[in-house]
Amino acid sequence: MLSFSDILAILPQQLVFGLTLGTAYGLIAIGYTMVYGVLFMINFAHGDVFMIGAYVGWALLGVLFASHIVPMHPLFVLPILLIAAMVVTGLLGLLLERLAYRPLYQRGATRLGPLISAVGASIFLQNAVMLIFGAREKVYMTYAIFPRTWRFNLGGISISVLVVVIGSIAVAMMLGLNQLVQRTWLGRSIRAVAEDREMAAVMGIDVWRVVALTFCIGSALGGAAGVLIGFYYTQVDFYMGYSAGLKAFTAAVLGGIGNVRGAMLGGLILGVVESLAVTFINPAFKDAIAFVVLILVLTFRPGGLLGEALPDWKRV
Amino acid sequence: MPLLRLDNIMAYYGPVRALNDVSISIDAGEIVCLLGGNASGKSTTMKTILGMVRATAGSVQFAGERIDRLPTQSIVARGISLVPEARRLFGRMTVRENLMMGAFSRRHESTADLDADYRRVFALFPRVQERLDQYAGTLSGGEQQMVAIGRALMARPKLLLMDEPSMGLAPVFVDQVFDIIRSINQQGTTILVVEQNAAVALGIAHRGYVLQSGRIVGADSAGALLASDEIRRAYLGDED
Amino acid sequence: MRGLLAPWRRLAVPAAVAAALAIPAIAPNAYVMGVITRICLYALLALGLNVVVGFAGLLDLGYVAFFGIGSYVYAFFSSPHFGLHWPFLVVLPICVGVTAIFGILIGAPTLRLRGDYLAIVTLGFGEITYILLINLDRPIDITGGPSGIITIDPPSFFGFALRDNWQYYYLILLLMGAAVLMSRRLRDSRIGWAWQAIREDELAAQAMGINTTVAKLQAFAIGAAFAGAGGAFLASWQRSVFPDNFLFTESVNILAMVIIGGVGSLPGVILGATLIVALPEVFRDFALYRMLAFGLLLMVLMIFRPGGLLSFTGAPEEADPTESAPVQAE
Repeated sequence: MLSFSDILAILPQQLVFGLTLGTAYGLIAIGYTMVYGVLFMINFAHGDVFMIGAYVGWALLGVLFASHIVPMHPLFVLPILLIAAMVVTGLLGLLLERLAYRPLYQRGATRLGPLISAVGASIFLQNAVMLIFGAREKVYMTYAIFPRTWRFNLGGISISVLVVVIGSIAVAMMLGLNQLVQRTWLGRSIRAVAEDREMAAVMGIDVWRVVALTFCIGSALGGAAGVLIGFYYTQVDFYMGYSAGLKAFTAAVLGGIGNVRGAMLGGLILGVVESLAVTFINPAFKDAIAFVVLILVLTFRPGGLLGEALPDWKRV
Repeated sequence: MPLLRLDNIMAYYGPVRALNDVSISIDAGEIVCLLGGNASGKSTTMKTILGMVRATAGSVQFAGERIDRLPTQSIVARGISLVPEARRLFGRMTVRENLMMGAFSRRHESTADLDADYRRVFALFPRVQERLDQYAGTLSGGEQQMVAIGRALMARPKLLLMDEPSMGLAPVFVDQVFDIIRSINQQGTTILVVEQNAAVALGIAHRGYVLQSGRIVGADSAGALLASDEIRRAYLGDED
Repeated sequence: MRGLLAPWRRLAVPAAVAAALAIPAIAPNAYVMGVITRICLYALLALGLNVVVGFAGLLDLGYVAFFGIGSYVYAFFSSPHFGLHWPFLVVLPICVGVTAIFGILIGAPTLRLRGDYLAIVTLGFGEITYILLINLDRPIDITGGPSGIITIDPPSFFGFALRDNWQYYYLILLLMGAAVLMSRRLRDSRIGWAWQAIREDELAAQAMGINTTVAKLQAFAIGAAFAGAGGAFLASWQRSVFPDNFLFTESVNILAMVIIGGVGSLPGVILGATLIVALPEVFRDFALYRMLAFGLLLMVLMIFRPGGLLSFTGAPEEADPTESAPVQAE
């Protein structure tokens, strides 16, 4: 058993880890929540989009290493990886929406149809990646870009530059998205479609285009998270989308499904909870934590912490 | 050429035939009202014009162009706005944002042009200007109605559709709203009002149509309808 | 086409039963017998999931948990692990009962949840079960950890222990047959109607006076019970149980059997089980691509044949735009 002073010693460090992890979960969670907001559907394949982002990053990293086109410095490498991952996953999101989900929605299929299609898409993506890249996990050569010596001391805790960079990028993206959603016409049209699809059309909004763009943005954020997590955990495998996806979904529900700020908050909380649980309880139950949280939230406070952002049952 | 023409429209709402051979014509500058009781097909007519319900037969023409096969957002872009039944504001957006959404189809126009329209809305509804940064869902019914009308006006529509504007409003407020509808029309907007409250609608309209079970059973000038015994008995509650 | 088949349909069921009984005589070798036995096992499982998904409309993505619980319970009572060696006819009801109880336990928190959420939560329970199965070997060894439990007793009836392939086959055939009969009875019973009403429109069902809580819990319990029986069979046939027998992919497999066959259709479900168990055996060389094709198949099926392979109408029901919140409005 750990003594109290031991706990105090580890706690800040674990909090830092947890928050960093949490920002990545938040990015993925935003994807779930945005899509649910406009389509009332859980994009089961979203986690696998995140995984593909991680793989794109890994593949490109290998290319950059071998070809020496740019210096192996985060300032060069990170933007290239992130942009590439986001472009690929954004397109993937558009493709999924157009081919696998829209035909079901425009026909008015029951809830079961799109969900099963999403499960199918998830399986397909996982296995496609496994077949193309092999079943063994891939290693991100994080420390070739972020030397282990790049650490600094903050109030007695040793923090690595890696963690700070990952967290900052994630936060910056979330803030950027928030601005998009609150201040731009696209963001307003997404909110309008999420709230009342019919009236949004009456305003002149091309609803299906907005839905497609929402998918695109959510997926791109997930792809970016993939690169960040790749650097953080230094290894990626084709199964990581499944577990990260479920955790991010829990984060989205925790914050209130449909609520973008809620997704960010839920991600942070879940990251911290998971980090602490791993340290102080059995690490084997790491993956179970998210599920327990999910079941607790859905049982006792299904609207999430910030309240779900869904249309009212009774229109005023 | 009439601004809006419905010719022999047949439309279904689910399995039920809601509109049966409906023909309506509206000239620019008019106020036309569409009267009828519950389930007479009034709302379905609105939805058909906007493309939210697809007619199975007949055509809808706007400014000479057939619009019945177009998606809603294209129809709206051609200059038709809706003040829906029960307001249907975006409750989680502010009043300001709701007005902005009304101008969505004009979002690329100059700020000066849009500002002129904001001012026009504020002139009609001073209370709206006071509540600009409040969430629309927190407003009272009457205030929401004002915002809903303002939102529709932001698009500078050629044709304004109003679905039961008196619904859920106190009588004193109803008169105010209809006065405002008249002034909007005097400023140049053509208006189609769907209403259960026949008396107040006929009070401001030029012409009216009466719908019953999806069929047009009466079409005349407002004055003639008001004077008609049948209409009085059926819709104005007069007992002779 | 239905009209053409009509005179033959009355013969279909007895013919199928006769063929099923004759299998041990026709089957060329032990391998084929094994595959057919597995088909029957999965048909039993699929029939159980069919009660939950097909009849009641509750999308359970964690169904494999019940399969696992049933298997492990059998292992607890009929192996050297705890030193108990109870006979099959005693342990089977225990397995069925325990899984039914877990069905109620797992179903209870999901009662107010809508489709997608129900699916994810049940998925979560499936995963939690797997994690527990792998990890509950410290400090006390309950589940045997990753190495599972081995040298489980074969089913024994009054001292006579099953030994040959065909004996196992008849056992599972019996269980599966019972499941088919029960499914038919349930479907046409008052519970079955209640389930159908709930599946179509839960609010309307409530308004009609149906106790949806009880009905849903019954669906979970009964569906779980079928899996419990299947689990007992697996443990005694395979003579071992491992956590890796009960991964999420199994839940997906069983779900696919129900869907491919046509949700709610009994012959469809059995057909689905047959296809999903047999085809990989036939296309063994393409094992690598199997899951890939699988995922693709699910997507394609939903677009072109949402009613399952045996359906002749592709007509899905209307979406209800008010079904959006995770929790039902009261």
